Amino acid sequence: MSSIKIELRKEDVDKINEICDSFDNEPLELINILHKTQEHFGYLPAEIQEAIASKLDISVAQVYGVVTFYSFFTMTPKGRHPISICMGTACYVRGAEKVLDEFKKELAIQVGQTTPDGKFSLSSLRCVGACGLAPVVLIGEKTYGRVAPDDVQDILKEYQ
Amino acid sequence: MHLLVCGGTSCRASESALIAESLKRELEEKGLGNEVQVVMTGCFGLCEQGPVVKVMPDNTFYVKVRPEDAAVIVAEHVIKGRPVQRLLYVNPATGEHVSGSGQMGSFRKQIRIALRNCGFINPENIDEYIAREGYAAIGKCVSELSSADVIDIMKRSGLRGRGGAGFPTGLKWEIASKNQADQKYVVCNADEGDPGAFMDRSVLEGDPHSVLEAMAICGYAIGASKGLIYIRAEYPLAIQRLKIAIAQARDYGLLGNNILGSDFSFDIDLRYGAGAFVCGEETALIHSMEGMRGEPTNKPPFPAESGFMGRPSNVNNVETFASVPVIINRGWEWFSSIGTEKSKGTKVFALAGKINNVGLIEVPMGITLREIIFEIGGGIKNGKKFKAVQTGGPSGGCLTEHHLDTPIDFDNLVAVGSMMGSGGMIVMDEDDCMVSIAKFFLEFTVEESCGKCAPCRIGNKRIYELLTHITKGNGTLADLDRLRNMCNVIKDTSLCGLGQTSPNPVLSTMENFMDEYLAHVTEKRCPAGSCRDLMKYTIIEEKCVGCTACARGCPVNAISGERKEPHFIDQEKCIKCGACFERCKFGAVLIN
Repeated sequence: MSSIKIELRKEDVDKINEICDSFDNEPLELINILHKTQEHFGYLPAEIQEAIASKLDISVAQVYGVVTFYSFFTMTPKGRHPISICMGTACYVRGAEKVLDEFKKELAIQVGQTTPDGKFSLSSLRCVGACGLAPVVLIGEKTYGRVAPDDVQDILKEYQ
Repeated sequence: MHLLVCGGTSCRASESALIAESLKRELEEKGLGNEVQVVMTGCFGLCEQGPVVKVMPDNTFYVKVRPEDAAVIVAEHVIKGRPVQRLLYVNPATGEHVSGSGQMGSFRKQIRIALRNCGFINPENIDEYIAREGYAAIGKCVSELSSADVIDIMKRSGLRGRGGAGFPTGLKWEIASKNQADQKYVVCNADEGDPGAFMDRSVLEGDPHSVLEAMAICGYAIGASKGLIYIRAEYPLAIQRLKIAIAQARDYGLLGNNILGSDFSFDIDLRYGAGAFVCGEETALIHSMEGMRGEPTNKPPFPAESGFMGRPSNVNNVETFASVPVIINRGWEWFSSIGTEKSKGTKVFALAGKINNVGLIEVPMGITLREIIFEIGGGIKNGKKFKAVQTGGPSGGCLTEHHLDTPIDFDNLVAVGSMMGSGGMIVMDEDDCMVSIAKFFLEFTVEESCGKCAPCRIGNKRIYELLTHITKGNGTLADLDRLRNMCNVIKDTSLCGLGQTSPNPVLSTMENFMDEYLAHVTEKRCPAGSCRDLMKYTIIEEKCVGCTACARGCPVNAISGERKEPHFIDQEKCIKCGACFERCKFGAVLIN
């Protein structure tokens, strides 16, 4: 399923079981369980999905199907400073694509990838609803508005 | 006196929380902490001018406020009663500073029903909602009206679903009420996925109680005791405010068992989406709430018969719900007097793109695009020429100058090849290439198609490939025919609303901007100058001084020429990166 192989520690399995228990091990709550799990671990590798499936007594395929269906869930760890570029229509017509290209060039990674040092990851998302500030870039919790391609280097410098 | 600070997402992103803190601190220092209250409200709808601070009861708007402006607002306005001129809104037409919302072009012509409390109340305080007739409607329902009466009022009001398709709300409730079951559900669709639409989020952030009250009214009408709000995980602030609102309503006995001492019981839970556009479709939404992949299923059976957990469920959108309590309070006669013959009431639009006043507006149905764009929206940015407005998001179409005077309602928009959708309105100017815009929407659809039915999964991908082909200058006239045919097949054969409407952006741009498609195909030219592969860089001999800056900057050595002699670009080698254009200090590089 994923190329990264990890070994779950006992406390990790305990945490997963605890989350599942808090939703009464109810398969109907799978999406909520995945949200909570990703909140804790940062991502949802195959091993975690297997642990959830066995705890809820459903197939791993069902868990994997849900994880890969929704864009919010990720199977690869994000960078310490996750960068998201809004590609909603309002940002697009105000030049978000050029901003995204600049980030790709500066970081030498594609959308969905993380830099080798684990510092930045790049993703595009659909409309954060701050259309008045278009184009918008989110780094972690911080929002940058009216970003021009020329601003990209300076923005990245803040995280050096 | 109240100082209202906008707490919408756009203003928060520009540090409005810090402004509120600074204002509080200034007031404390001046000993006015008890007399003047600072309130974080929902979105004012003036996102372009944010962060916004409003002083009540003076009704003075301050725009683009910085945290350090707090001192002058308190010292000048609060203490001395003199408005701070430099922070007032400037009317772009006259250059004058205006203070009150009544004098601002963007507020004239607006009627606020769904947004009635946004920007007026503190959304985290139930008492402020109650003070503005909040929970009076549910009180009236449980004490004076039968469930049949409520449905009758909704039917007569003419309210239609604000989520996009415009199905009559009263009729939907009636169908759900007639289906018998041990448990029924009221579902609020807050999975606002249209890129460029943010009205539902603004309602939930600015006035969450109105949605809770409306859901309870719906529960009373259809005989349901359980409500579920399906909300995007991308809206953390809205989720937080809903949680607060639900807890407060339970405390006050407005949710839970025996509401207001009646024998009607109703409670609400939240369910989270996880980023899938197709979940806005009601059958897909229900599957997602059941913890599964959000894939749509055939209708019938409609959710009103067999929805969440196989029980009758009534799904309405946030904005639809937000209009319900007012209709009960003020009567269907009042509501149906606003709007056009077949579309009653108002609609919230998120105005964005190349327009001066980006923001949220609520206007009566039947208003024209011209009024929205040029009066409320303040015209096109940087004095450019209006080209098109895109409504209805990825399912809608582009409208042009010819449609500016068409009264906007559900049916008229469909008649001109677009749709109401959830209300995103993206304005485009002369620099936007319509083929690229169509491609942009198809890229979205391809990514968001759930993959269940072949026409949507394969067909949209093929359309996207054809559009890419055309924007790269490789298209032929036969491709245009193929494109149109494929669009029609996808529309006719897709399983759900996503696929049935996904070709609309292509069809409507082909209908209105065929000349641009032809220019791409026959002349290999992009009239708007936005398709990179069709751009051609040349050097104007007369302007070139031979400084060699361009040749040194060219990554593929496509530029040749002697020092102090005019240079030349080899079109075969040129990769159209634009480096020469950026480096030339003499304006000698021409793009066409």
